[in-house]
Amino acid sequence: MSGPILEVASLSKAFGGLVAVNDVSFALAEGELLGLIGPNGSGKTTTMNLVSGALAPTAGEIRLDGAPISGLSPSVISRAGVARTFQLVRVLPGMTAVENVVAGAVFSRAGLWGVAAEATARRLLGRVGLEERAELPLSAMTYIDQKRVELARALAADPRVLLLDEWLAGLNPTELQTAIELLKEIHADGMTIIMVEHVMDAIRSLCDRCVVMNTGAKIAEGDTAAVLADPHVMAAYLGDE
Amino acid sequence: MEILITGVLLGGTYALIALGLTLQYGVARIMNLANGETLVAACFGAWLLFTAAQISPLWGLLIIAPLGFVANGLIYAGLLRPLVRRAVTQGALEVDAILATFGLLFLFEGAMHLIFGGSFFNYQFLAVPFELLGESYALNRVVAFAAAAIISVLLAFFLYRTRFGTAIRAVAVDPDAARLVAIDVEFVALFAFALGGAITACGGALLSTFYTFEASMGGIFMIKALIIVIMGGVGDVRGAVLAALILGVIETLVASLVDPGLTLTATYGLFVTILLFRPQGLFGGAAG
Amino acid sequence: MTRSEGLTLFTAAAAFAALAALPFVTEGFYLTLAVNMALYIALCTAWTLFSGPTHLVSLATAAFFGIGTYSVAIGIEILPFPLLILCGGVAGALFAALVGAATLRVSGAYFVIFTLGLAELTRQVVAYLQTKVFGSMGLFVLTDHGEGDLFRYLLGLIAAIFLVGWLIGRARLGFAMRVIGNDEVVARHFGIEVARSKVILFMVSGAFIAMVGAIMAPRYAYIEPQSAFNPTMSFLVVIMALLGGTRRLWGPLVGVVPFTIVADFISANFPDHFNVIIGLAFLAVVYLLKDGVTGAIEQALGRRRRAASVTGEGRA
Ligand SMILES: Nc1ncnc2c1ncn2[C@@H]1O[C@H](COP(=O)(O)OP(=O)(O)OP(=O)(O)O)[C@@H](O)[C@H]1O
Ligand SMILES: [Mg+2]
Repeated sequence: MSGPILEVASLSKAFGGLVAVNDVSFALAEGELLGLIGPNGSGKTTTMNLVSGALAPTAGEIRLDGAPISGLSPSVISRAGVARTFQLVRVLPGMTAVENVVAGAVFSRAGLWGVAAEATARRLLGRVGLEERAELPLSAMTYIDQKRVELARALAADPRVLLLDEWLAGLNPTELQTAIELLKEIHADGMTIIMVEHVMDAIRSLCDRCVVMNTGAKIAEGDTAAVLADPHVMAAYLGDE
Repeated sequence: MEILITGVLLGGTYALIALGLTLQYGVARIMNLANGETLVAACFGAWLLFTAAQISPLWGLLIIAPLGFVANGLIYAGLLRPLVRRAVTQGALEVDAILATFGLLFLFEGAMHLIFGGSFFNYQFLAVPFELLGESYALNRVVAFAAAAIISVLLAFFLYRTRFGTAIRAVAVDPDAARLVAIDVEFVALFAFALGGAITACGGALLSTFYTFEASMGGIFMIKALIIVIMGGVGDVRGAVLAALILGVIETLVASLVDPGLTLTATYGLFVTILLFRPQGLFGGAAG
Repeated sequence: MTRSEGLTLFTAAAAFAALAALPFVTEGFYLTLAVNMALYIALCTAWTLFSGPTHLVSLATAAFFGIGTYSVAIGIEILPFPLLILCGGVAGALFAALVGAATLRVSGAYFVIFTLGLAELTRQVVAYLQTKVFGSMGLFVLTDHGEGDLFRYLLGLIAAIFLVGWLIGRARLGFAMRVIGNDEVVARHFGIEVARSKVILFMVSGAFIAMVGAIMAPRYAYIEPQSAFNPTMSFLVVIMALLGGTRRLWGPLVGVVPFTIVADFISANFPDHFNVIIGLAFLAVVYLLKDGVTGAIEQALGRRRRAASVTGEGRA
């Protein structure tokens, strides 16, 4: 194996006086599934936004396959091979499920069009269990189904790194089980993933390795079981701020 | 120096017109493109009072301002509030409001054209010279400036020194936060819109004392007010006053030093430049 | 191409052929009305190419139109008329590229007033240059093109606008615009260059509007800034397009046809009421016909279809 596929080096982001991400560094090997956890407001989503290009960092660098991508526009980063889902679901409400997923495939790294794009979209909708609702407009779908479409759309972009921001939030126990299995499969197919998550069961069963943030800073990193047993991490979660 | 003073005198009236618009846009979040029509209506109002009833435009303010208040209040309550209520996003509201107020602009302009025709109007009020720093200026311009200054100071006092004025400023900064501290945002928006109309009407009445006016000049004054509001920063009273003086001086400068035919060109040039390079206003502070 | 698309294309071609023959059978009042109608169909459809999918209301129509008109006025002694129409299109596209690149900084309400200010600025500058630098009020465009010729030119251009609009709808650009219209953030995050897509569309739209202006130049004969850059035209285009509806390529057409007839009647019989009518039309568009006539019709049809299929759908 060569170097890490994604490298985050001394990354910081300040909103006025508030430092939402403070000197965070971590790296991700190809095919790895990294958990990014931390209490509410610790800067996880902001970190995802920096990687996807939604925000430009105040300081630090992000490298994809060795090439710096920090500060580039989201569209350029998308074509370089980063795809994401959003914590607050963002779908294309006036378009059908297939069209939503096709939208992920056309302009991103996948670069598919026409029949090829539609075939990919249908295959991925099948994968997230929505083949029967493929023609439904998104405005007519439940929240959970919209989340599924979002995942299919991100996969359609054929990303090198997939960012999932609390994709498991809001699922009931059965749905959660199915969803965890799905993510396991996707990971087993070789997808490199960073998942931001509050559902600890999911973190335990999916992630080999975790990065823990608190008030913008990285406070722990390493083997999931060990990190979760770390007293600092527990203190952060119990609200020792 | 003479140019500077003439410009500042003109800017005083501009300030009132723009203060009206900035109240409407900054607080009620409606870019009222029909604002210029309030101004023109007030010009005609002052002219009617003066020629038909021999009421001085200064006393006329006591009649015209309340009328402007009520008329604009009715427009907001009847036509614009439904748009605010149905709007899904701020962007959708802005476009709706622009189209609706454009409609009002054409409607009122057309109506005034029907009533007063297309000719130019003016009347002689205090049209005597007034000595200032060795130069002479028309007394009506000086008086209009003084009246505008007084009204602006009163407005600033109201906004910055009274409880209700503070509530208005709170809504301008953040309607959601204002709601949380039990401010009746809908009422404040209505009041600010009506008050903005009253202020603009005062500006129109004062303008008519020294400016030749006609039924279809509302559009260009709307543009001037917009330039000032954007230059000063939306919802920013002090910024608007400063920007109005700047516009007054620039117009006078271009008219007397470059070419009177270019005054309007300069106005539009300034407008486009400001929108391109400083859409948040010249003075930085993000008030809106 | 599907069968229904083929059918539409055939019907459209037949209609165009029939219309092209029109100048031979009519003249005078009806021909002038037909030219006006074709003029605004071309303008509104071209306007909708950009403003429909982006929801950005442009008031720069008069500027593009004037640029086209002046391209002809300046070049009429040198180049043949059809070539000048193309030149006008190129000039319009270049202007749109410039404006588009600049206006990306402003949004929403600011875009509307920016385009309005820009169009007025263009008019003022052209007027000033013409009188002060070139020392004349206007330029002559003397051709032997009658109303009938203009009508056929306009028909050809309308066909081109529809064709290009249809092609864009099927191309990646059209799809990108739909995504942008749904959610710009998603568009950006999936590789769409939002700004560039909008500028390209603005250029296409601007080029067509300028070509309309170029075609109309012989009608004025004497080109002055006040008529070539007439701001009322920008407003009329917005009203008619919104009245018809901007969700479909043919939406504006539905607005233009009745509006031109009514407008013609009013300006002939009640010229002083014209602004009042424009004002009322704007208010009607905002309060009564939010998605235009075509939007209202589609909604009504949709409701009926849903009512009919309510027994068939049983999904929770
Ligand atoms: N655009 C923004 N402007 C200002 N402050 C912001 C912005 N985005 C985030 N913040 C602030 O940055 C901090 C970190 O927010 P972030 O959304 O990254 O947290 P998070 O870890 O994702 O939390 P959660 O688990 O609740 O999703 C918070 O205090 C938040 O209020
Ligand atoms: Mg978050």
